[in-house]
Amino acid sequence: MNASTPTLAARLTELLRKPFFWGVLAILLLLLVNLLKDPSYLAIRVNPANGNLAGNVLDILRASAPILLVATGMSLVIATAGIDLSVGSVMAVAGAVSMQYLQSADASSSVGAALAAAGMAITLGALLGTISGMLVAYVGLQPFITTLVMMLAGRGLAKVITSGQNTTATNEQFRWLANGYVGGFPVVFLLAVLIAALIIVVVRRSALGMMILSIGINPRASRMAGIKPAGLLITVYALSGALAAIAGMFAVSSVMTVDVSQTGYQMEMDAILAVVVGGGSLAGGKLSMGGAAVGALLIATLDKTVVFLGVPSSATPAFKATVILILFLLQADSVRSLMRRRRAGRVPLTEAAETKASVAA
Amino acid sequence: MSVTTPTAPAAQAAPPAVHRRAWEWLTTLWRTSASILPTVAAVVIFIAMIVYGETAYGRIVQYSTLSNLLINNAHLVIVAIGMTMVIISGRGGIDLSVGAIIAFSSVSGVLLANAGVNPWLVVLLMVGFGTLFGLASGVLIQYFDVQPFIATLAMMFLARGLASTLSTEPERLADDSPIRDLGTVVKIIDGPKVNDLMVTPGVVIALVVVAAAFFVMHRTRLGRTVYAMGGSRTSAALMGLPVKRTILTIYIVSGSLSGLAAVVYTSRLGIAQNITGLGWELDAIAATVIGGTLLTGGAGYVLGSVVGALVLGLMNVLITRDGGIKPETTTIITGAILLVFVLLQRAVTARRRE
Repeated sequence: MNASTPTLAARLTELLRKPFFWGVLAILLLLLVNLLKDPSYLAIRVNPANGNLAGNVLDILRASAPILLVATGMSLVIATAGIDLSVGSVMAVAGAVSMQYLQSADASSSVGAALAAAGMAITLGALLGTISGMLVAYVGLQPFITTLVMMLAGRGLAKVITSGQNTTATNEQFRWLANGYVGGFPVVFLLAVLIAALIIVVVRRSALGMMILSIGINPRASRMAGIKPAGLLITVYALSGALAAIAGMFAVSSVMTVDVSQTGYQMEMDAILAVVVGGGSLAGGKLSMGGAAVGALLIATLDKTVVFLGVPSSATPAFKATVILILFLLQADSVRSLMRRRRAGRVPLTEAAETKASVAA
Repeated sequence: MSVTTPTAPAAQAAPPAVHRRAWEWLTTLWRTSASILPTVAAVVIFIAMIVYGETAYGRIVQYSTLSNLLINNAHLVIVAIGMTMVIISGRGGIDLSVGAIIAFSSVSGVLLANAGVNPWLVVLLMVGFGTLFGLASGVLIQYFDVQPFIATLAMMFLARGLASTLSTEPERLADDSPIRDLGTVVKIIDGPKVNDLMVTPGVVIALVVVAAAFFVMHRTRLGRTVYAMGGSRTSAALMGLPVKRTILTIYIVSGSLSGLAAVVYTSRLGIAQNITGLGWELDAIAATVIGGTLLTGGAGYVLGSVVGALVLGLMNVLITRDGGIKPETTTIITGAILLVFVLLQRAVTARRRE
């Protein structure tokens, strides 16, 4: 019995090996930094009038919603050894089509109009994803370049839909998506968690996750094992498009305006970072949707921290890059083995020996 | 691409053996050098675009248009060459930081020059900043196992952020700064009206870089190692090739070339801003892909990427010439043309495999 139960130290080392552990640690550290600046940072207030929760943590959760959705789709795409650069543009397309429809429908409080707008946006997003998926699956184009094309074309499509304008619309129901509360929590966050959880359950409880992974590990072998990659690839890209479309609706519904050149801008980078922070590999064959969720939370926390600390907006990217670099350096095997070696008091291997070792491997 | 035997009138009388030999030569070429086909396709499409532009809008095949094409895209050519080397090395090799490096290099260069630092030292520093960013990417990738996409993405954020902390306004290079000399237009052939054959030192720099890159990639150990790594990194390491050193080298080269592109671009425009070069990494990747380089590595040519960069430049010229194209749709057209290119290359390479 004793032999099978791992010791505390062994458990800790295993935890250290989990990539998203570092993500969680980074989130806690960022929160700690904020707490040092303002001891009441983590305070959550309850609005006595309507029972809604308010506070910095709620802001972070709200901001994490779009990234969480996009990162969930992205983690599946990346697991197939693909990549989806078009998510930001799909967000803009979804925002553009919903705003344009609501403006022309001129129904400021109609539930039907809000649902129709959402339906159109999600369908269009899924359609764009399907096109990418078909180009990857049937034509055999490289995912990077396929979705790069879709990224360029999508941004243009969003501009064509609104004729280059930043369309504004009014619809109470659609606005509720971003500003509403259910049970004290913001609707965006609850919806995002619900959708992400649903996808995680479906992927993990069915053979879907394994089949997606097998495509990423070895497409030839998976085909020989009887898995048809085409359908799965198209599903994954279509799902990524649909999720990006929902994220796009979240992004525009808070201000009820679509900014065709800024909505979703560089969201693909945030989502890819979130996935990789959570333990995904761009070479494919690794799927950690929970890790991607941690990554999404980290990116949102990072964005909010930058604002809270008053880092000038021009320096934001540099701050972000520094945090990400530290995180990846901590994760790197070489750094960890270096630290371990130092603790053991041994002399580090020489460059030549390391090269020999890698050649022998 | 269709396979046709060149039949000049004089060859008609020649014995059929010549025909057969020519045919055999062509089929062998088709079989053995299939990796060059996408690049050939790029050249063919480039020529087709020129012909279309000339017939539809006119004034394309003339000294001024063609030399302006080179002058305005010299920086893109330089960046695309670095990108090509990085992509050919394989294993997800990519450099997303090039546009941001150009921004940082330009802004810091202009600020230094205006502060009275020796202009040639400034030029050296601008290239040097690029080298440093490239070195950082290379170290992250090689020694810390960070994926190239992520490492260069981090460098992209870092360089862009640093450029923004330096200045968020357009910084103007002093009118009498010698750096501007690198952008001066030299007339080689003084044609009628403004139809001159022109060249700038920037173009000359780009051409030298192209020639040097061609030599390095096809005539040196470094170049062969890059191709070998792209084919299979494990095999390259087993053969005893200096894989680690080469990874570091190519990212340093790509970073330095970005710095050099910043010099060429800034000297031409005389203005640097923190948003300079936004999205140029995608332009460079597109140019590389159009030029026939596989994103999976191992196959591609620097000369192809030059053609790719010129295709992108020519596309902009044609869109402006057309005048009737709405500005909203330009990115759709760029995307569509990129798609046509990759589809065409796919058709060509798929035929080879059968």
